[in-house]
Amino acid sequence: MGGIVSFGGYVPRYRITRMNIVQNMAWYFPVIMAVAGGEKAVANWDEDAVSMAVAAGWNCMAGRDRKKIDSVYLASTTLPFADRLNAGIVAAALNVPENGTMHADFGACIKAGTTAMIAGLEAIASGKRGNVLVAASDLRRTKMATMLEMFYGDGAAAVLLGNKDVAAEFIDSYSISCDFIDHYKGYGKEFDYNWEERWVRDEGYGKIIPEAIRAFLKKTNLTIGDFAKIIYPCYFTGTHKQIAKELGIEPARLQSNLHDGIGDTGTAHPLLMLVDALEDAKPGDKILLASFGQGCDVLGFAVTDKITALKASHGIRAAVRQKVDIGSYQKFIKFRDLIEADLGIRGEANPNTSLTVLWRKHKMILGMEGAKCKKCSTVQFPAQPICANPDCGSMEFEPYEFADKAGDIAMFTGDLLSPSVDPPAVYGMVEFKGGGRTMLDFTDCNLNQLKVGMKVRMSFRRRYTDSMRGFTGYFWKAVPQVQDGEV
Amino acid sequence: MASGIRDRVAIIGMGCTRFGERWNESPDDLMVEAFTEAIADAGIEKKDIQAAWFASCFDEANVGKSALPLSMALRLPNIAITRVENFCASGTEAFRGAVYAVASGAYDIVLAQGVEKLKDIGYGGLPEFSSAMGLTNALWFPNVTAPGSFAMLASSYAAKYGLDMQDIKRAMAHISVKSHANGALNPKAHLRKPVTEEQVLASPMIAYPLGLFDCCGVSDGSACAIVTTPEIAKSLGKKDIVSVKALQLSLSNGSEIAYGWDGAHFVTTTKASKDAYAEAGIKNPREEISMIEVHDCFSITELVTMEDLHISERGKGPKDVLDGFYDAAGKVPCQIDGGLKCFGHPIGASGLRMIYEMYLQLLGRAGQRQLKDPKFGLTHNLGGLPVMNVCSISILGRYEG
Repeated sequence: MGGIVSFGGYVPRYRITRMNIVQNMAWYFPVIMAVAGGEKAVANWDEDAVSMAVAAGWNCMAGRDRKKIDSVYLASTTLPFADRLNAGIVAAALNVPENGTMHADFGACIKAGTTAMIAGLEAIASGKRGNVLVAASDLRRTKMATMLEMFYGDGAAAVLLGNKDVAAEFIDSYSISCDFIDHYKGYGKEFDYNWEERWVRDEGYGKIIPEAIRAFLKKTNLTIGDFAKIIYPCYFTGTHKQIAKELGIEPARLQSNLHDGIGDTGTAHPLLMLVDALEDAKPGDKILLASFGQGCDVLGFAVTDKITALKASHGIRAAVRQKVDIGSYQKFIKFRDLIEADLGIRGEANPNTSLTVLWRKHKMILGMEGAKCKKCSTVQFPAQPICANPDCGSMEFEPYEFADKAGDIAMFTGDLLSPSVDPPAVYGMVEFKGGGRTMLDFTDCNLNQLKVGMKVRMSFRRRYTDSMRGFTGYFWKAVPQVQDGEV
Repeated sequence: MASGIRDRVAIIGMGCTRFGERWNESPDDLMVEAFTEAIADAGIEKKDIQAAWFASCFDEANVGKSALPLSMALRLPNIAITRVENFCASGTEAFRGAVYAVASGAYDIVLAQGVEKLKDIGYGGLPEFSSAMGLTNALWFPNVTAPGSFAMLASSYAAKYGLDMQDIKRAMAHISVKSHANGALNPKAHLRKPVTEEQVLASPMIAYPLGLFDCCGVSDGSACAIVTTPEIAKSLGKKDIVSVKALQLSLSNGSEIAYGWDGAHFVTTTKASKDAYAEAGIKNPREEISMIEVHDCFSITELVTMEDLHISERGKGPKDVLDGFYDAAGKVPCQIDGGLKCFGHPIGASGLRMIYEMYLQLLGRAGQRQLKDPKFGLTHNLGGLPVMNVCSISILGRYEG
């Protein structure tokens, strides 16, 4: 029987306290005061659903052979491309082989993450697929001074599904699919539109989730007491607890909805909560996972002894701990492009992305593939036609991956002249462990803390958005590690 | 080894506009202004010019492509003109083309002219140039600006020599104070106000650790030179003849960015200057060079360049600078005309502007800033970014035929 082989989560570095939003916007809509507790995760300005999915995917695949993945399923309601396979970008960033693989986007509904998991598990059970990576990610922009602004957070999670070395065996699933609309986003609209909160709570989450879980238990001849952890998203904290009470779930077995620390991450949320649960699951535990959105998917898993071999770093706890308060509400709304600030004339440059060049260099740009000289072993990024070692001259290379390599800062600056949403633009030269060096943008860092010699790791980010043509360009950036080994 | 061009080409006339915010003049006006001075200085007629080399860098924001803008602005008599573009080395590159054309015997009298009109773009600093580096770079290379790309040198220089950033900042500030003092005496300079070290250190940050006063002026301007053989120069009645002692160009081959560079020196300047001294017959530049105009786009560039020119020892640049070695009254005055810092930096014209100052000094025509009996003058340009650049060096002196 197949199941979850590995898992990984991603929570962006920034948090905003809900009190900060209240202090800035309650004058306009005082009701948000009622949910002023805790904080939520805020993606950096250079992140989106695709880049966060890549981060979760990398975490999930750390120490594993990405060449064995035969499908990447990406679930999100906020994908940057309406017609370009977003999962394909994630797969390219993970350097997944191109031939023999079939990737797919799942969207249009916040239970798409669990639907993608079921699709993956069924493909594996059928024997048609061997290793399916499911990533779910959402970065939902919300209007200012709304309950959704208080509730929604940003994040991503990924699970590797397979039938070898399974850490959580798939028991079964049960789904309800119905056109219950708690919120929706019309075609071409920028923001979610939602209906009365009491109705969403009571008729939506409060009825559909318990109904699906009961039906799942009946189908599988299991009881709620059989499950060590029960996971379902619900950003109404009271309703989340009320559902548990109704189903007879003791508080200790109810997985946190992460509302206080992260907020609701949409499509990613059931998976993010699952990753949180798997991080301290024990062999023999049974886990029940349910989602919500135009129905409900319920999945059951039985944790095996392989769970102990998965490193703790595969989860989200470290990312949850290593947070930075964004401090400024204005910075948060600028990052989400809700206010117009002047980027200067220099920021008007809008070159058309050459799709020809992007295809020719896609291994370099999306997969951060460089080259290793077959003669002198010098590694180099970007790949060169003639070896970068001036004493070598070889023209024979093999591919060499840089995305998983750590490096040191060789030189850097914080540039206030360069147009940036988060000035100064910090960039510099990175010297990689194991060889190779190149110029890179830095992100998720504070200029004042940087020093020559400081460690960095690579992160797949949005490099530019071409708003005129609707294109998003991605590349890898260096994330300085303020303390050695810190994520 | 090739014999080089030492003393094979003479400058018989030069011209340079006032650099600055020339709101009311077009690039054509500036070209005519510089050329009018040069041809009067040379004492020839326009029809005597047989070929020209034209430099301009930011063509899209400037005069447009091809060499036609020079030909048409000056109404040159349908002669051969080549446009050259090598970032900030463009002006010296035009000069090199003209000099080599004369040295080869292909032409007798040749014009080199550069122009740049930067104040028509609507903002301070240089035009955005991420797309100027090619379609592939546009997909991944950081959106570097000129100050940012050079500012990085300060971080690696400090790390290499174990210096505190504040110590380097002080040496950098001295460089700017010195250039402002020099520029104040130059009627053609863009920035003519002396500044203090405190003002420089307190100026707003542009790109860490460079403040506003660590950055050169962005100006409009044009400069040109008319060159010929020393023999023709003599036949035209020229007594004091300024001749070209060396012209060297060195370009990065990609190793700085990709392989084993310390980030605390310029590979190309180190090589080009060594070759230039050999071509000019200079054995000890610290003793023999009388004056230099270096590519002080940013104070850190000037600081590092002093070592790459083999004048200051490695790691000793800051000490020499603070000791006043490069001041107007020092052993080797640097940027005696104000430099890019204060004379200004219209990219295509800058290399020729530096040569213009050497020419004036060698002829004793530099007015208030005239140095006592200079023998060799060196000019240096650095185009592009420290991690991939174009370096040109010229050495000029009196003709010794």
